[in-house]
Amino acid sequence: MSDVASSARGDLKLSHITKSYGDFTAVNDLSLTIPEGSFFALLGPSGCGKTTTLRMIAGLEEPTQGTISLGATEITHTKPYQRPINTVFQNYALFPHLTIFENIAFGLRRRGIKDVNDAVNKALELVELPHLAQRKPTQLSGGQQQRIALARAIVNRPALLLLDEPLGALDLKLRRQMQIELKWIQKEVGITFVHVTHDQEEAMTMADTIAVMNEGEIEQMGSPASLYDNPKTAFVANFLGQSNLIKGSITGSDGANQIVDLFGQKISLQKDRSHAVDNSILAGIRPEKFRISRLETSTSGNILTGGKIEDVSYIGVSTQYQVLMPWGQELMVFEQNDDGVAPFSVGESVNISWEPIFTFALRGDDDAEAGTEVNPEEDLDEE
Amino acid sequence: MNTVSRWFGRNLLRVYAVVAFTYLFIPVAYTFVFSFNDSGKSNLIWKGFTWANWQNPCGAPEVCTALGNSIKIGLLATTFATILGTMIAFAIARHRYKGRSTTNLLIFLPMATPEIVLGASLLSLFLVFQINPGFWPTVIAHVLFCMSFVVVTVKARIASLDPRLEQAAMDLYANERETFRRVTLPLVAPGIAAAALLAFSLSFDDFIITNFNSGTMTTFPKFIYTSAARGIPAQANVIGSAMFFLALAIVIIGQFVSRKRKVS
Repeated sequence: MSDVASSARGDLKLSHITKSYGDFTAVNDLSLTIPEGSFFALLGPSGCGKTTTLRMIAGLEEPTQGTISLGATEITHTKPYQRPINTVFQNYALFPHLTIFENIAFGLRRRGIKDVNDAVNKALELVELPHLAQRKPTQLSGGQQQRIALARAIVNRPALLLLDEPLGALDLKLRRQMQIELKWIQKEVGITFVHVTHDQEEAMTMADTIAVMNEGEIEQMGSPASLYDNPKTAFVANFLGQSNLIKGSITGSDGANQIVDLFGQKISLQKDRSHAVDNSILAGIRPEKFRISRLETSTSGNILTGGKIEDVSYIGVSTQYQVLMPWGQELMVFEQNDDGVAPFSVGESVNISWEPIFTFALRGDDDAEAGTEVNPEEDLDEE
Repeated sequence: MNTVSRWFGRNLLRVYAVVAFTYLFIPVAYTFVFSFNDSGKSNLIWKGFTWANWQNPCGAPEVCTALGNSIKIGLLATTFATILGTMIAFAIARHRYKGRSTTNLLIFLPMATPEIVLGASLLSLFLVFQINPGFWPTVIAHVLFCMSFVVVTVKARIASLDPRLEQAAMDLYANERETFRRVTLPLVAPGIAAAALLAFSLSFDDFIITNFNSGTMTTFPKFIYTSAARGIPAQANVIGSAMFFLALAIVIIGQFVSRKRKVS
C-alpha cells in the first residue's frame, strides 16, 4: 500500500460527477470542493443522491461521468482499499466475528502495520471505551457500536473520513451528545469529515459548510448561518427550518434596498438578499423574526397590517401564532416569552413587523411548498 | 369431566410433544437396548444382557470393513461436495451471469430426482464409459447428490450476509482476496460446516444409489440390508447406537459453544 493514491492528501474535488442507474439519475453533474480539514455536511431528503455521492467518494460506486480527486491525485477509478478514505457506515458494519480490538486494528493490519497496540488503545481512549476491547460487537449498545465504528475509521488517520447518517439509529439525547463529541473529535484529529444526513439540525450543529442536495444536484452551499438567513431557493428555505413565503413584486429601489409590494403593502428588502430574476418574487421571512403588535406603525422597519390571530400554541420558550392576513395566507410567528407582554389571543386583530435585513427574496416562480413535504425517516439511497 | 377437559386444554401441546418424541425415539431406543442383547446369531428375541457386543463391535464378519468403507466414502464425498458446492453457492449468490437461473434449476434437479432413477442412470453412465462399479464410482455418485444440498445450505448463509461488512473491509484497506479470507469466509463458515455435516450424514446413510454403483464393495447400509435376511448381528446395533450418540454429542457441543460465544 505505498502507491500514489493511498498517500494522497489535500482538498477533495468532485468535478461534473454524474451517476445513473439505467434511466434514473441519482447524481447529476455535481461539482464540489471540500477543503482539507473542514467539517462538511451533505444535507438532503431521502433519495436526493447524498449517499450515492458519499459512496462514490469512498470508491464503493463508480461515477458514470466526471472525476474525483484528492489533492493533486485523481482517484475516480481507484479501489476503495487504495484510497486514504475511511467510512463510518450507517449501521456501523462492525465485523461480528472479531473482537472490538481486532475490529479497530483491522485497517492497520491490512496496511502491514505490525505493532497496533498503541494506536488501537489510543483510538479506544479517544471514544472513551477502553474497557470494551475484548468484547464482541453484539455485546455493545447502539451508542457504543457507533463510537467503535468511529474509532475503527479514525485509527487509520485517513485524509478523509466519511460519515453516512452515523447518528440515525441513536435516540435523541444520545444523538445530541454525539453531535458535540463528533465535532470535538474532528477538531482534535484535524481530519476532513464529510457527513451525510437528512437531519438539518444535525448538519447545522456540526458542519462548517453545508451543501444542500435535492434530486441529485446541489441547491446551495455555505455556512449554516448563511444558508439559514439567506437561502437561494424555496427548497433550502423550507428544508432548513421554517419559512413564511409571500408572493410579491419589486416596484422600485431605494439605495441598497428594493421596494417590494406584498398584496398592496410596501416593504423593503436588501438587494444582496434578493435571488429573484425579474420583478416577481417570493418574499421570505423566518417565523422568529416577526414581531406581533397592536400598533399601526412599525417600530422596526417593515410592517404588514390587517392580521388576525387564528391559533396560539404556548410551547415554553416561545409562543407560536398563526396569523391570517387579509389576502388569505396564514403566517407563522414565533415570539419569545421573554418580554412579559401578555400573549395575544385568538381572534385579536394585530399587525406584524420585522427588521428589513431579515427579508430574503426568491424567484417568483419557485414552488413555495418545495422541501416541506419530505419524510426524513428513511433513506432510500441505500437500495 | 370438566376438570379433565380443562387439564387437556392447558397441556395439549405438552402431551402432543411427548407423544411425538416417543414415536420418534422408540426405534432408536429399541436399537440401543438390543445392542446389549446376548443374541448369538439372530438379534430378534431378548436373550439376556451382555457387554460383549460393545467390547468387540467388529466381532461380526464384515461389519467393520463395511463401516470403514462408509466412513471413507463419506469423508471423500463430503470434502469434494463441500468445496465444489461452496464455490457454486458463491457464484449463484454473488454474480449475475448468463445461465444463472439454469444453474439454480440444475442444482435442484438431483434433489428432486427419485434416488432409484439417479442410481440406475449413474450405473448405466459408468458402464457406457466402461468404468466398473466400485469405490470411486460410489464416491463420484455421492459427491453428485451431496453437492446440491451443500449449495442450498451455503447459499442461504451467503444471502443472509450483510454486504456492508465486505464493503467495510474494502474500505479498511483489505483487497478482494483479504476481504474474502478475513470477513466473508469466517462469516459463511458456520453455513459451510452445517453443509458438510449434512453431506456426511447423507452419504453415510445412502443405500439406493450406493447399491447400484458399488459393485461388490460393501458399505454399512448395504451390510445391514444383506444381513437382514439372515438376522442382523448385534454389532450393527452397537455401531448404529454409537453413531447416534456421536451425532447427539456434536449437536450438544455445537449448541454449547454458540451459547457460550453469545454470553462471553
